[in-house]
Amino acid sequence: MSYGGGELLGDISLTLSPGSFHFLTGPSGSGKTTFLKLCYGALLPTAGQIRLFDADLRSMSRDDVALTRRRIGVVHQDVKFLDHLPVADNVALPLIVAGRDRTEEAQNLTELLSWVGLSNRADALPAELSGGERQRAALARAVIMSPDVILADEPTGNIDWEMSQRLLQLLVELNRMGKTIMIATHDMNLIRAAKTQVQARVLRISQRRLQTAGADL
Amino acid sequence: MKLFLSRIMAFVVGDVQADRMVPPTGFTARLTVFAAGAMAFLAVFALALSLATGRLADRWSDELARASTLRISAPMDQRAAQTAAALRVLETTPGVASARALDEVEQRALLEPWFGPDLPVETLPIPQLIEVIEDSTGYDAEGLRLRLSAEVPGAVLDDHTRWRRPLVTAADRLRLLGWLSIGLIGATMAAMITLAAQAALAANAQVIAVLRLVGARDVYIARAFVRRFTLRALTGAAIGTAGGMVAVLLLPSAQAEAGFLTGLGFQGWHWIWPLAIPPLGALVAFAATRHAAHRTLRELS
Repeated sequence: MSYGGGELLGDISLTLSPGSFHFLTGPSGSGKTTFLKLCYGALLPTAGQIRLFDADLRSMSRDDVALTRRRIGVVHQDVKFLDHLPVADNVALPLIVAGRDRTEEAQNLTELLSWVGLSNRADALPAELSGGERQRAALARAVIMSPDVILADEPTGNIDWEMSQRLLQLLVELNRMGKTIMIATHDMNLIRAAKTQVQARVLRISQRRLQTAGADL
Repeated sequence: MKLFLSRIMAFVVGDVQADRMVPPTGFTARLTVFAAGAMAFLAVFALALSLATGRLADRWSDELARASTLRISAPMDQRAAQTAAALRVLETTPGVASARALDEVEQRALLEPWFGPDLPVETLPIPQLIEVIEDSTGYDAEGLRLRLSAEVPGAVLDDHTRWRRPLVTAADRLRLLGWLSIGLIGATMAAMITLAAQAALAANAQVIAVLRLVGARDVYIARAFVRRFTLRALTGAAIGTAGGMVAVLLLPSAQAEAGFLTGLGFQGWHWIWPLAIPPLGALVAFAATRHAAHRTLRELS
């Protein structure tokens, strides 16, 4: 993977096995976000091959990518919502664009909102949410389609420690339900906290290479 | 056909959920409606012009081609004799269906626009006019002129082609310009709606990015925009067409001796023609927005 002639990431070979829990660390600008974008088809590699659910990303059409994204939940550091729609609609957005019947999923949505602790904020507009509420709403939106993989980019970047813990808790619960989790973060405390609850592997991007971090974390 | 209609109906009714995805935009919406309305209004006039000049060209080339005039300029005492001689010649000319000398009342009516009513035509040395109507085969104008010069020295044959041809050419050219205007109006409308759609797509870049992220297909995103712009263009064009048709209806009606200008308008079933403008406008908007949306979407991840 390269930008403007300079190679950003290279010589990476990695397969995420179903049900695994990975952390992705590295200094700012090392390519964590780029790596995640490659994982959901927002970027194409300049060399090499990426396979999403056994399909080659390069040979996928735009519609194939769209359909694949319904199986991958993404949480960004700066979460984007449709600012003119209330939280409940934003969380249900993947269902709506997939053409699912919302009335059938109404109970699902209610349960999901209470799971992330946003039941009483369902009718609020995204702009009225706090940082932590936005992150939890983003997580709810990422998992409503019951995806196989959840990618989170600095999900705890804007929120306090207590809220980070709650978010981590939710991700750990999802992992126990069999979801594959990949969290990009440089918050070592978060990684340590996770390691006490789940068997998490840590990947580190350093000098354009992906390394498996030692057991010292 | 049934499937096609039901798809159009589904498109017009729309998906309420999908429609909410894109925030409503008051200003561009009004601009689109206005542009479509103005273009439709102009299209009605261009259409009226084309149809009127078409009628004119047809009439000139059809009616006038079949009629010609014989003018007898002779001293008063010989006029009646020469007229009778000319009529005899015409009766025996192959290709002439009928020939008739205009009476005094008709001659006075022809001069009335210049000299006013009550002109004592009979006392003036005015040439006698003979109206000649051809049959479908037509006559040999040169042969007739030769025969007349031998038998009726005061007769001059005017078969109208001399002044008819440039008029018919002019009317045909005007009709062509009318259709060209309609084409340009349609293209301008497509350009305006493409610009408006592109502005809307750019303004909603975040909405599109979010929809792509959660797995929306391009058709789904495009449809929300395309439907909006198509319906706006349809509304605007319908208003503009109605306005244009009322304006044409209110034009002074054509008189018997009407010139070209007062003949501008629709006649009979031609009134159906402008009704095609709103659906055509909607079609143009549909194609323009669809093209713009898919091109914009292709550039996004």
